[in-house]
Formats: sequence, C-alpha cells, structure tokens
Amino acid sequence: MEFETVIGLEVHVELKTNSKIFSSAPAHFGAQPNTNTTVVDLGYPGVLPVMNERAVEYAMKAAMAINCEIAEESIWDRKNYFYPDNPKAYQVSQNDKPIGEHGWIEIEVNGETKRIGITRLHLEEDAGKLTHAGKHSLCDYNRQGTPLVEIVSEPDIRSPEEAYAFLEKLKAIIQYTEVSDCKMEEGSLRCDANISIRPFGQKEFGTRTELKNLNSFNFVRKGLEYEEKRQAEVISSGGKVEQETRRFDESTGKTLLMRVKEGSDDYRYFPEPDLLPVFIDEEWKERVRASIPELPDARKKRYMEELELPAHDAKVLTMSKEIADFFEATVAAGAGAKQASNWLMGEVPAYLNAEGKELSETKLTPENLAGMISLLEKGTISSKIAKTVFKEIIENGGDAEAIVKEKGLVQISDESALLKFVNDALDANPQSIADFKDGKKKAIGFLVGQIMKASKGQANPQAINKLLAEEIAKR
Amino acid sequence: MTRISEEQVRHVAHLARLAVTDEEVHKFTEQLDAIITFAEQLNELDTSNVKPTSHVLDMKNVLREDKSAPGLDREEVLKNAPDQQDGQIRVPSIIE
Amino acid sequence: MSLFDHKLNEIQSMLHKKEITIPDLVDESFKRIAAVDGDVQAFLTLDEENARKQAEELQKSGKTGILNGVPIGVKDNIVTKGIRTTAASQILHNFDPIYDATVVNKLREAGTITVGKLNMDEFAMGSSTENSSYQKTRNPWNLDRVPGGSSGGSAAAVAVGEVPFSLGSDTGGSIRQPASFCGVVGLKPTYGRVSRFGLIAFASSLDQIGPITRNVEDNAHLLEAIVGVDPHDSTSANVPGESFAGNLTGDVKGLRIAVPKEYLGEGVSEEVKQSVLAALKVLEGLGATWEEVSLPHSKYGVATYYLLASSEASSNLARFDGIRYGYRAENAENLIDLYKKTRAEGFGDEVKRRIMLGTFALSSGYYDAYYKKAQQVRTLIKKDFEDVFESYDVIIGPTTPTPAFKIGEIIDDPLTMYANDILTIPVNLAGVPGISVPCGFSDGMPLGLQIIGRHFDEKTVYRVAHAYEQATDFHKEKPAL
Repeated sequence: MEFETVIGLEVHVELKTNSKIFSSAPAHFGAQPNTNTTVVDLGYPGVLPVMNERAVEYAMKAAMAINCEIAEESIWDRKNYFYPDNPKAYQVSQNDKPIGEHGWIEIEVNGETKRIGITRLHLEEDAGKLTHAGKHSLCDYNRQGTPLVEIVSEPDIRSPEEAYAFLEKLKAIIQYTEVSDCKMEEGSLRCDANISIRPFGQKEFGTRTELKNLNSFNFVRKGLEYEEKRQAEVISSGGKVEQETRRFDESTGKTLLMRVKEGSDDYRYFPEPDLLPVFIDEEWKERVRASIPELPDARKKRYMEELELPAHDAKVLTMSKEIADFFEATVAAGAGAKQASNWLMGEVPAYLNAEGKELSETKLTPENLAGMISLLEKGTISSKIAKTVFKEIIENGGDAEAIVKEKGLVQISDESALLKFVNDALDANPQSIADFKDGKKKAIGFLVGQIMKASKGQANPQAINKLLAEEIAKR
Repeated sequence: MTRISEEQVRHVAHLARLAVTDEEVHKFTEQLDAIITFAEQLNELDTSNVKPTSHVLDMKNVLREDKSAPGLDREEVLKNAPDQQDGQIRVPSIIE
Repeated sequence: MSLFDHKLNEIQSMLHKKEITIPDLVDESFKRIAAVDGDVQAFLTLDEENARKQAEELQKSGKTGILNGVPIGVKDNIVTKGIRTTAASQILHNFDPIYDATVVNKLREAGTITVGKLNMDEFAMGSSTENSSYQKTRNPWNLDRVPGGSSGGSAAAVAVGEVPFSLGSDTGGSIRQPASFCGVVGLKPTYGRVSRFGLIAFASSLDQIGPITRNVEDNAHLLEAIVGVDPHDSTSANVPGESFAGNLTGDVKGLRIAVPKEYLGEGVSEEVKQSVLAALKVLEGLGATWEEVSLPHSKYGVATYYLLASSEASSNLARFDGIRYGYRAENAENLIDLYKKTRAEGFGDEVKRRIMLGTFALSSGYYDAYYKKAQQVRTLIKKDFEDVFESYDVIIGPTTPTPAFKIGEIIDDPLTMYANDILTIPVNLAGVPGISVPCGFSDGMPLGLQIIGRHFDEKTVYRVAHAYEQATDFHKEKPAL
C-alpha cells in the first residue's frame, strides 16, 4: 500500500532579550550553573512575575514575520505540572489567547513553492536544565525564565524533505527579524515533530507519534524518514500505530519509544492571576511592523530581478541575513554580483566549515572582499593568487590591493618577462617537448605547472599557454 | 448522588502529588463531596452571558523595561536547598 | 498602663520629649511577650537580638517619623530576610528567606522594628488559626476561644499588647474576622493597594496585606506606610498616595450608608444584629443616613470563594515540592515518590483538602462547571457592590455572624467553618476595601462592625470608622490578661 505522510512541527525559539521574561536576571547562554537567577526565576515563596516589554515586542515581531494575525488581547495562563526543571510547578504560557495565529510561510522543494500554515505563535517562559549524574539529576536554573516563543505548524507538511525546508525557512525568517540567534546547538531553537501516515486519498489523519530529541535539522529529517518507514511497516504487517512519544537516537538513526500517551495530559490551564492582559493597538503593531527588515523571499526576488543572480544563488545567499547583508555590502563596495555570490557560496563557507568559525569571527569585510574581487576582475591577480589573497584577508584582514603589492603577487602578463619563464621551462624539460610533438597534449599542462611554480603563481595562465605553443613550434 | 468518587480523589491526589492512605481517601472523598455539592448551588444562577472575572481591577499592559542586573550569588541560591552537588540542586534521577 | 495603650502620635511625642526611648518600646514588647505569650501563643519566631540592636541604632540615628522605633509583629506568610518564615507549615519549617517582602522594606524605611513572626492558619487557610502546624493561638479575651483566622496571631498579639500593631493578610476575611474576634481594628485594603511581592500566595486574585491596630488612627498611619505601586507586582495599582490619617475629621454628616439585608439575615446572631443596629444609630446621631439595600448574590460568595481560592492555591502551593527549599521527605524511592511524600508529610489536612478541591475544579472536564462558573459568579458579586455604590458612600454590616467560637468546636466541620466568612468573603471577591472596628460584646467576647468602601476609597472607610470609634468606648476595653 502507498501512504501519504502528514507532519506537523512545534518549534521553540528563545528570544534574545537582555533580561528574562519576568525578572531582571541576565538571559544569556553559557554562564556557570545557577548564577543567572533571581528569586523570581527560582519560584521562591512570595515572588511575582512582571512582563518584559521587549519579549512581547519580539514575539509580536516574529509572529508578524510569519504572517500571523496579532491578537488585540493577549493573556497568559498557567500550565501546571511537576518537574524539577520547573520551579513553580507551573509554566507561564498562553493557552486561550496567543499573541499570533493563522500565519504561513512558503517553502520550496524540488523547484515547487508550497505554503505551510502556522496555527499559532505564543510567548512563554523556558524551563531550567537537568543533567544526569548517576542515581541523581542536577538542576541548573540559568535558563529558567528565558523568553520563548512556541510556533506550531499546521499538519501541512507532507515529507521529511518539506519539514527540513520548513525549518530552514523558519530559521531564516526569525534570524532576519533579529529576535533570536536560532542556534540549535545552544538550544535557542528546538523542534518536536508530529508524524502520521494514511493511505493516499484518505481524509482522516492516521494515529500520530511525537518525535523528540531532534538536535539538528538533519536529525529531524532522518528521524521523520525512519518514522514514516516504521509506521508503514507496522500498518503493512497488519499492526496499529500507537499514539506515543518517541525519541530519536542519534547513534543508530532510529526512533525509540519514550512513553505511551494516556489520553491527553491534564495541565489544568487557568488564567495567570499575577499577570495582566496585554492589549496591542494598531499604533504599537505598526511600530513593530516597521522594524521588520526585508525578509528572505523578498530579497531573493530582488537579487534575481535587480542583480540578475540565478535562483539558486539568490536562495542560498538569502538563507542567512548575515550572509545576505555581507553580500549586498560587497556588491556596494564595487564587486560584481555574480563574483561576490561565488565567493560567498564557495570559498567563504568552505573556510568557515574547515575552521569551525562564524563569519563574524573572521577579519573578512565586504570592503576587502570587494577589493580582492576587483583585482581578480581586472586581471591584476590570477584566480590562484586570489585564493592566497583571500586566505590572507580572511585571517589577518587588510586591503587586498596593498597585500598584492606588498607581497609582489601581481599577475605577470608582460610577454618579455613571461618568455624567460617559458624558455627556462622548455630548456629544462626536452622530453615534454618531444611528448607534445608526439601528440601528448597533456605535456602542456605539466609545463604550465612548472612555470606557475617558478613564477610563484604570478604568471598569467592564458598568456603562458599562448607563448608555450609559439615557442614549442619554434623548436 | 455523589459528586466525586474515591477513584477521582486518588486521581486528583496524584495530579497534586499528594500521597494518600486509604483512610484519607475515604475521608477526603466525603468532605470534598460535601463541599462540591455545596458549590453546586452556583448552578441556580444563569451565567451564560456573564464574562468571567480573572482580575478584579481593570488594568492592562503592565510591562517592565528590558534591563538586566546581575543574578543572585550561587550560595544564596543553594542556601535553602535540601540537597546539592557541584553548584546545582540535586534530586533523584529523572530517568526511571 | 502599657506604653502600647498610647496611640502612635502620643508615643512619638513621648520619644520626642525623651520621656521614653526606642529601646524602652522594644523592651516593653519583649516583656509583655515573656509574660503572656505562653498563654496566647501568638508568636512563632522572635528576633529579639536584632530587634534590640535596631532599637539602639534607631535611637542613635535621630531619625523621626510616626512609625519610627515602634515594634511590629509580622504575619508569618510575609517573607523576612534572615527571619525564618514558615506560613505556619511544616513544609517551610526551616525556610530562611533570602529576600524581604516589599512591605517589609517599606516598614524598615518607616523605622518600625520587627520583633517576630506571628502565628496563622497554615498558608492562611482557615478561620481560627487552629490549622497552624505549630501551635494554637488563643483569644486573649478568653483562652478557651479561638482568636479567629487566618491572621489570628496578628490580632491576638495586638489585642494583648505584645505589639502596638501588626501586619496580617486577608484573602476571604483573614484580617477583619480575627480583628473582630479579638476586639481590634483590621483593614483589608483595596486589591492592588498594597504590594503582594513577598506575601506567600494563597489566592493571588484575592490576597491583600493589611494593618491590624488598636485604633483607627494608627491603622491609617500604618497603611500609609505600606501602600503604593510596586515594580515587582504587576497587580499593584498606580494610584496617587493619600493621607489617610490626615483625613480623620470625625465628620460624617450627609454620609449615605447602605445596610445589606443579607448581612443581617439568617445565621447572624441576635446580639451581633443588635450591635450593628446600635452602631447605625450612633452614626445617625452624627448626621449620617442609612437604608437597607440588597447584595443579591451574597449567598453565593462562600461557594464562589472556595472554588476560586482553592483553584489558585492548588497552583500556588505546587512549588512546595521539596526541591529547592523547605522540607524534603527522606527515603523517597524516586522522584515522584519524593514529591508525594514531601507534600503529604509537609502539608496539613485543610491545605490538602483545598489543594485537592482546586485541582479537581481546574481539571479537564470540570473547569467550565466549577472554575469558570465561579469566575462568572464573581462578576455578578462584583456588580452587586458597584450597583450599591452608585447611590451610597459605604456599606455597613457585621464582620462575622457570631463572636469567637471555642477551640475545637467546629474544626472537623469544614463547611461550618467556611460559613464563618460569609460576610467578609464578598469584599475580597469585589476587590473593595473593608475594615472591622470593635462595636460591642457578646458574652464577654468582642464584636466587630464592618465598613466597606469603593475601590481605593480607604479614605472614606477610615473617616467613618474613626467617627464611630470616637463616639463609642468599645476600643478602650482591654482583655484582663
């Protein structure tokens, strides 16, 4: 039997405010355990929450960027459950009246554009962190009270590939709004997935399972791929998919049963009496809307139309605001759009991956990259030299032209200077001449290599090819 | 008619994380049943068009500026902790 | 005669004239506590060393102010940094707060000296202080009787002269009812008037901290010191500060008083009724007028209150789980066992009963029928008050249906105990201010007159209470102890 896969995602994104949602404690990742808390975060007897204005604005901004309608009245509810990382034994969240609803984003898979609905976006508080130490668990409350938005998609996603594209797009959009770093490795973006399958043509959804412990977009895809196969096998062999929570095991690529859901959990939601409703009027909405920058799709379109970039380049560059901003600044500094795109999609990420660095941690600037690209475009340096110059400017910074001059890396195109290199090479390799004359065209390549080596890469390769042909003919 | 059964009382005690003996279940069932029966006098009132009151004062948009200040010293955080290890609060393992 | 038989302005005048010193005041407190607290058992924790040290420092500082240097007792559900705070529960038996409640900070600025923490019903759940898990406070007028609750310690300590004033908290009558039972003055301010930051929450939408004193003027002074919007409490109201004590003119001419027929109806003892009618006569004599009105939803107050307060409490008290502070059960097999044992051993029966009622009322399938229904009835009760206040300045009735009952008399009958709060609960549900002032005796036990005002109109409540007090002598009576 052929099955259709139905996926819905729940994404949690930490907002990068200065302070926590209800207290003045710093909301930063990476401090020593239990040093970024106040009595409010620890749920001490007698404490009360006071809402962080920026958290509300950031939630609003994120909701607008994914095309949600903004509620005129937002209220907060208590979600009651006991767990050591949940100091009050309730989480302040939004149940009835979330800040945003009915949104959507567009994804592109196999060249086709598809709209995925967003059910809701709400603002809540993050929990503390538990680690395991033998027979015990240890509680660190630094993360407790970090503002968090939960974004719930409609079950519109039909494949693990679409889920991956959804997450990439969602991350790009949120990053553009600058309300979150969206770093999965630091937990500022987290994802749970609901997946079910049904025979093609069936209207009702199948029984779904919930996947947890998906620590990268790749694992989301892999976990979903495993799960759609597993469910299909269960059904094909006459079994029934159980409603359960499963965790993805990174080492085996499989999903494992965590717990079976007995009906729905009873969280006893009720309106938080310690917080007042927040009313968002048109003026406030417009102020926040105006602070949203041009988003990835709009930029992509502009790059294709105004800068004549291929669709692929435009998509890759706009996936990250940092890269897209860098790209635009490089073009503004005088680089050709396609050249700038090539470098930012090629050498730059290759270098960052190899070094495990962020672009912002390097010395590369749009100005020095553009300077290097202009030298390349003018023929002042060869593409081989360009790689040397690139390594220099990304590691140590500085102006490309000055580096080229200082290190004498200018491309040699002058025929009389090149002729000496050519004849030296020919004198030293009579066999290659013979080989060439015997029809072994490869011999030219060897000779070019020798000349490039002797000229420290500065010889103009086109000119050498031409001179070699002429000089060999003379011998 | 009883409003709440012993089974429900056990479930509620579980939700509230209260250990209860059989004797307590029996006693609480009787008492809660009496209280809930008493509370059902509210059903005499038609409230279908009445807005619920969560906040008695008509206040809204109480927001604080996003300013951070250093957190508590860890010694203070752990001062009242029944059990601790490595600067963290220690509990029985969450993995069953 | 005790120093604390004097009003605050007299005490300050004696200090000014150097007839007494601040250490004398603190000494008076501890002497009196040593003499009578064995019988009354109002205090849970004393902080004598610090109190005496503060007295010396304040005496030297030359600081002045109406409250400066005066000893105070604080209900044990208000957190005090460095003084054990238990809310009269075993679950907080060793809790040493690392911060001060906003009201405690304000009192320090005003110069009061905290001598100790006062007994109460565990987590403020009760009307007799019998639900304390440490001791039973006794009514100074008759040691066989309850002092009322939940602020029983706060009322008894003032009545017996251990401190000239104290702080209590009131969720359904917990300041006014014990004030009435002990023959002192207790005010529940408008919801939002006093910061709740540092008050261990029972029912967040109803709780208010308020003053308990021997007379109305001192009460007004103490309230002035603790009011105000607090950046740590979103529900504290930003209303302009007012002089309550400066407005005690004694003038009630033309005042329009509403007397709800439901407050003099079934269940209210004859003597209580008569004392209220006599009080109305006194006010009439001063130029006020009164008429009977109806607060038609009054009888639903108790049920509404128990559903809402218990629901909020079930959530507010969930944090007492043995993880970060307070009692933790030993020999727990696993995490869930730790939670269940800690809470079963740490909470008393009344607290457990209300946690379970609240958990039930909020649980899936029952929320609309119980919790939401109660919130809707709350709207109707609030509206009752709004309607009456369109035509009247204050509402007057008894504080309690009967005088103080005997210890042990109704402790095993929750519903009868709850009915004791029938006249105070609607005031919390409506969020309006209410005061109890002494208005007579029945069988040697004090009775209280309740005066209720509009939102944030404590000024009028105090003016009426003061005019009545000055026209009568009940507040001058002292227990023999």
